[in-house]
Amino acid sequence: MKAPVKLKTVKALEQAVEAQKKLRQADKKPVLTVSAGTCGQARGALKVVEALQTALKKAKLDKKVKIRVTGCHGFCEAEPNVLVHPHDLFYQKVDPANADTIVLETLKKNRTIKALLYKDPVTGKTAPREKAIPFYKKQRRVVLGDNALIDPTQIDDYLAIGGYGALAKVLGKMTPEAVIAEVKTAGLRGRGGAGFPTGVKWEMARSQKGTPKYIICNADEGDPGAYMDRSLLEGNPHRVLEGMLIGGFAIGACEGIIFVRDEYPLAVKHVSLAVEELRKRGLLGSDILGTGFSFDIRIVKGAGAFVCGEETALIASIEGLVGEPRQRPPFPAEKGLNGKPTVINNVETWGNVPLILGKGGAWYAKIGTEKSKGTKIFSLVGKINNTGLVEVPMGTTLREIIFDIGGGIPGGRKFKAVQTGGPSGGCLPTSKLDLPIDYESLTAASAIMGSGGMIVMDDKTCMVDIAKYFLNFLRDESCGKCVSCREGTQRMYEIVTRISEGKGKVGDIELLEELAAAVKDASMCNLGITAANPILSTLRYFKREYEAHIKEKRCPAGVCKSLIRFTVLPDKCTGCLACKRACPNDCIHGTLREVHNIDQEKCIKCGACYEACRFEAVEAQRDEAIVILEGVK
Amino acid sequence: MDVQTDRVNALIRKHKSEKKALIAILQDIQAEYSYLPKEALQQVSRSVGVPLIDVIGVATFYRAFSLKPRGKHVVTVCLGTACHVRGGPKILEEFERRLGVASGDTTEDGKFTLETVACLGCCAIGPVVVVDGEYHAQTSIRKVEAIIKQYLNK
Repeated sequence: MKAPVKLKTVKALEQAVEAQKKLRQADKKPVLTVSAGTCGQARGALKVVEALQTALKKAKLDKKVKIRVTGCHGFCEAEPNVLVHPHDLFYQKVDPANADTIVLETLKKNRTIKALLYKDPVTGKTAPREKAIPFYKKQRRVVLGDNALIDPTQIDDYLAIGGYGALAKVLGKMTPEAVIAEVKTAGLRGRGGAGFPTGVKWEMARSQKGTPKYIICNADEGDPGAYMDRSLLEGNPHRVLEGMLIGGFAIGACEGIIFVRDEYPLAVKHVSLAVEELRKRGLLGSDILGTGFSFDIRIVKGAGAFVCGEETALIASIEGLVGEPRQRPPFPAEKGLNGKPTVINNVETWGNVPLILGKGGAWYAKIGTEKSKGTKIFSLVGKINNTGLVEVPMGTTLREIIFDIGGGIPGGRKFKAVQTGGPSGGCLPTSKLDLPIDYESLTAASAIMGSGGMIVMDDKTCMVDIAKYFLNFLRDESCGKCVSCREGTQRMYEIVTRISEGKGKVGDIELLEELAAAVKDASMCNLGITAANPILSTLRYFKREYEAHIKEKRCPAGVCKSLIRFTVLPDKCTGCLACKRACPNDCIHGTLREVHNIDQEKCIKCGACYEACRFEAVEAQRDEAIVILEGVK
Repeated sequence: MDVQTDRVNALIRKHKSEKKALIAILQDIQAEYSYLPKEALQQVSRSVGVPLIDVIGVATFYRAFSLKPRGKHVVTVCLGTACHVRGGPKILEEFERRLGVASGDTTEDGKFTLETVACLGCCAIGPVVVVDGEYHAQTSIRKVEAIIKQYLNK
């Protein structure tokens, strides 16, 4: 391969984009696209790639068919999937053993392999095309959609879909002020959680006198259950880098820093490769494209601290210090990294920027609701049929996301709640399903947008246990600077723990509410200010469940270990052995077609049998021993 | 473990002995030794010019660093929200029961270190367990024994 040419003018960049676009249009070779993000790889995507290569060689098609290894396509449930072009087929859950059939049947004989098509779990109908699959139908994938079109390790692939075209437009024709005005017209708000208007933030930094200025891409995606930033960095790193270059130009920054979680090795690898490639092409460094704009990007790996998602803690971490937040103002846009004006936006926000500058702020502002513009990527996970990354216009309802796109709850179970916004967010019940989602509506409902994690829970999920889970997370991640947060999260955790163990007292709920208010009022950063949200939202919507734990010493969902014992209901048990096979401690007795029973002495209450039973024959009963103990007191 | 002064010095020099690179230096040392040996921390303090107390402060603040030697195989159980509702804590308990150590500790024979992570971002395949960088998708309590056996004699 010849060495890449350094681009020296804006015109040269435009020509490079056009050349790559034409090359792709002219290329009539069939393409097999394999999704290989972290999840895809964990499910054997790279083995599928290898098997396809071997199969193509065997069929003497290796020169005539292209294999494109891409990032995640969002439909995680179907991983690894293979798209066949130009046949426009979507094969899901592909196994290396399917490679020969795909090559011989589909590529050679133009036949569709029915067994590999997506099958609707409800209707049983198959869908040959991506567009026909309900998961994709209601989405609008303006940010994430390109993942399926490019090999993230090849900059030419990004150019071929018009990538860096927005940068050429900005550097060739626009002033920094015009760029900021366009972002303001678009109405873009920060996708990291708080929803601050991006254009306003940029303007603030631009108007500051201090130099040098910096921009930071916050890729320290710490919310458990959210992974859209990982997917975007893995699958389309140039999109984020283009956004940063445009932002750097608008603000007048000299350096950009990507602060990325070390737990995302593939994202780190792909974005590092992309930065290298940009340097080689002359799109990073001094006097980029002869415009006088000098800008470089470096990558800093996080060391694992949730609080570093907070801007000032993140800056401290980049400076090599303990990641403790500091008082704002001054805001980072005034005094940030090294005491200089700094703009911090998250990965998804940066990923929206090229779109806005490419298609115009007015175009962008047509998507979404009055106050929340554009699309938002949600990670739909938990007890849901179609797990995956979902990109929808702001204003889409929870019901559309969970039932139309997500395909509802597996195993015919009932929807109970959806948790949005990570540890700072809240749990929303069935009555909120028709809520159109935007920044304001979620906040009003005691949850938040956050970075877009959406964890679906069914009736076997205990809300007290969920509150305990988040409090445990927060007390662990509290940096300890503010007493209210450090001690408050710990005390709230202790109270919820004792409730879950059946030792709750009357008055505990009121005490929790009081503590929650104090932690909210007296903490400095958003981790503390929102730390009580998991408690407040579960108390608001699921108070009865708390009361059942406290007054009746009962866990209705059958989760809190101290309050339950597992028994087999003889009239429901079919003797199918499923629970026996699931038990890790061999404490279930019974043979095929014979009612099973659980050895209570040996039982470790792991709940594996409860999860495994398809006939509701395993019951999580109230453990009477606790009630007796309570009587003795 | 023998800590070679030269090796640690090379890692420090790679980052130009800069104070701002303290975390990156510690990350490199941890990658080399799989934990932060005391001697290495002292050396960092001297070469970078940060008081040892502050080096330890950073080393203990961030989750990625370990001050104790780790086992031959590192088992990481994901406890993200999605894994939690799908039974992650029960998987952790089963590892604790089978390995006879609590989360964060190493077995006596030095074979396994059991750790947790707050989310690996591959929620679709949860509950997830990662051993030495290899992802085990959709684990269950029943699969724990087999996962341990797979690495026992490696």
